[in-house]
Amino acid sequence: MTDTIIEARDVTRTFMISGGFLRAKRALHAVNGIDLTIERGEVMALVGESGCGKTTLARMMMGLMPPSRGTIELEGRPITGTGRVEVARTVQPIFQDPYSSLNPRKTIGSIITLPLRVQGDPEPDTWRRRAEEIMELVGLPRRFFNSYPNQLSGGQRQRVAIARALINRPRMVICDEPTSALDVSVQSQILNLLQDLRRELGLTYLLISHNLAVVEHIATRVAVMYLGRIVEQTDVASLFERPRHPYTEALLGSVLTPDPRKGVPDTHLGAAYPNPLEIPSGCRFHPRCPKAMSHCPRIEPRVTPIPGGHVECHLYDDAYSKEGALADAEP
Amino acid sequence: MPERILDVENLSVDIPVPSGMLHPVQDISFHVERGETLAIVGESGCGKSLTSLAIMDLLPSRARRTAAKLELDGRDLSGLSERAMADIRGNRMSMIFQEPMTSLNPAYTIGDQLTEALLRHRDASRAEARQRAVWLLEKVGITGAAGRLRQYPHQLSGGLRQRVMIAMALMCGPDLIIADEPTTALDVTIQAQILHLLADLQREFQTGLILITHDLGVVSRVADRIAVMYAAQIVEEGTAEQIFEAPAHPYTQGLLACIPIPGKTRRGAHLGSIPGIVPSLVGRFQGCHFADRCPHAMARCRADDIAMRAGAEAGHRYRCVLTPEETAANMKRMEAAE
Repeated sequence: MTDTIIEARDVTRTFMISGGFLRAKRALHAVNGIDLTIERGEVMALVGESGCGKTTLARMMMGLMPPSRGTIELEGRPITGTGRVEVARTVQPIFQDPYSSLNPRKTIGSIITLPLRVQGDPEPDTWRRRAEEIMELVGLPRRFFNSYPNQLSGGQRQRVAIARALINRPRMVICDEPTSALDVSVQSQILNLLQDLRRELGLTYLLISHNLAVVEHIATRVAVMYLGRIVEQTDVASLFERPRHPYTEALLGSVLTPDPRKGVPDTHLGAAYPNPLEIPSGCRFHPRCPKAMSHCPRIEPRVTPIPGGHVECHLYDDAYSKEGALADAEP
Repeated sequence: MPERILDVENLSVDIPVPSGMLHPVQDISFHVERGETLAIVGESGCGKSLTSLAIMDLLPSRARRTAAKLELDGRDLSGLSERAMADIRGNRMSMIFQEPMTSLNPAYTIGDQLTEALLRHRDASRAEARQRAVWLLEKVGITGAAGRLRQYPHQLSGGLRQRVMIAMALMCGPDLIIADEPTTALDVTIQAQILHLLADLQREFQTGLILITHDLGVVSRVADRIAVMYAAQIVEEGTAEQIFEAPAHPYTQGLLACIPIPGKTRRGAHLGSIPGIVPSLVGRFQGCHFADRCPHAMARCRADDIAMRAGAEAGHRYRCVLTPEETAANMKRMEAAE
């Protein structure tokens, strides 16, 4: 039985960008008609280059930004009609940089109990006890309760951010690059902690990361984003063992796993990530695609099912997979 | 015999701080050969960036640098005046920084900034400098190079800016380039391209390269030799194969256990970690700097300073009282006890 925690349907977010003095504004579709369903207990990873729209999608899923079109349902209720405080009870974020996401003038105790204050928790006399419980759970000594963020190391600060996210027992946590500001030895501790907490508290994660080794290690499903679309989505094993979309392939190919006997791969991706204001026609990946066919610049690929998920690429769509099959058919 | 382009012996940096004297770099010795890539790896605060600034003589003014030997292509750098050093910087050795936006001047065009070094250091005309700038921009894979010279840094993407930085570092045909986290701010796809490019150009121009990074994946693919730094010291040095396949120092071993390696680390399994924190580098330190976090630490680790010793293979050195065989046996015993 499936148990959906959050579901995005045909979600689009458009920003109006100023073209300059006396020039018309232009529409930037940061997220463009995305469907994404996250089941309870999953670790869904969103990967893609900067500017692909992954953070915009995450912000909408936290209710921080309404979609321009489409709906997001959180546990069966539309997120747009639900109050912010209500959404925050279910979804909590952990951000990348624990140096800037904690208020330097508040004590650790005050930072961790902030969600309780904001949500008007009815039992203030239990806050300290609950804060200490959660601190213990994330591996922070209780004596830090009255300390300030500047007295803590980067790893400890990230633990504070995790404690703050978890004190209200949310059901889903959105982790936006949770370890990329941390040193290698600290990063592994935080990843281990996130794994343990998921098991102990039955959490669901949406993980945004550019570190594909981390994604492969802790995700259960992966969605690959490119210029506002999810171009491939499947379970972690299928994606890493048999990437379908040429973009996924290129992305995986550019990961530098520690191997002194290999050199730096040549990804053939071309230098430039395209300008999101000028999205290429047809398949949006075709200008960088090593496998582009003659109809790729003209026809937008359909969502095509693959084992464990779907892909948007003509190579896997029977109607188009043979070069020239429909070369002169309708545009 | 390969030619040493940079030779450093017992380089130290001391910085006075309110609580005493900070020793962020302590007795570092290493060399770089022509056409070779040496990677200096370590976590934040280990002294890797200060080491590079010390070589370039770009340390903060209150910092004090001492070295038994600091030679670029046989020429002593330690006693040079500020003026003489300025003639070498950007000319014989140049630097590539992590964030190209903060190291390019937003008020000048790419062309002005590219040609500046050549006009200053060499007897080149504007036209010659321009010509070389265009040639190098094409070399680093920038299309429409002549038009780019008129652009300002904010008109370029992060990947393009980093390419401009590389072209700028190569303008005078330096003997040595120091690249401090050159790809950390970039996407993985761009990172691979920039590293590819750096390696190609370095081979072509036979430049020595010091790559400073915390990214073990990058290091393993690019470096010929690796120096691992921990708390102001080099704790292990060797070829990329030696460091990744037979790490001898417990810190190197711990660091490699921390990263998930596809195909090796079981998906979802616990990663290794290094408990504890880096010791304070204020005042003199007795014994092994890693002892407080080391699973193998013994009384004698803290009794006296630990010297570098030779590993089994040539070129492999490490700073530990135990041999890799002894640490491996220790680990086995500890795992059995658990």
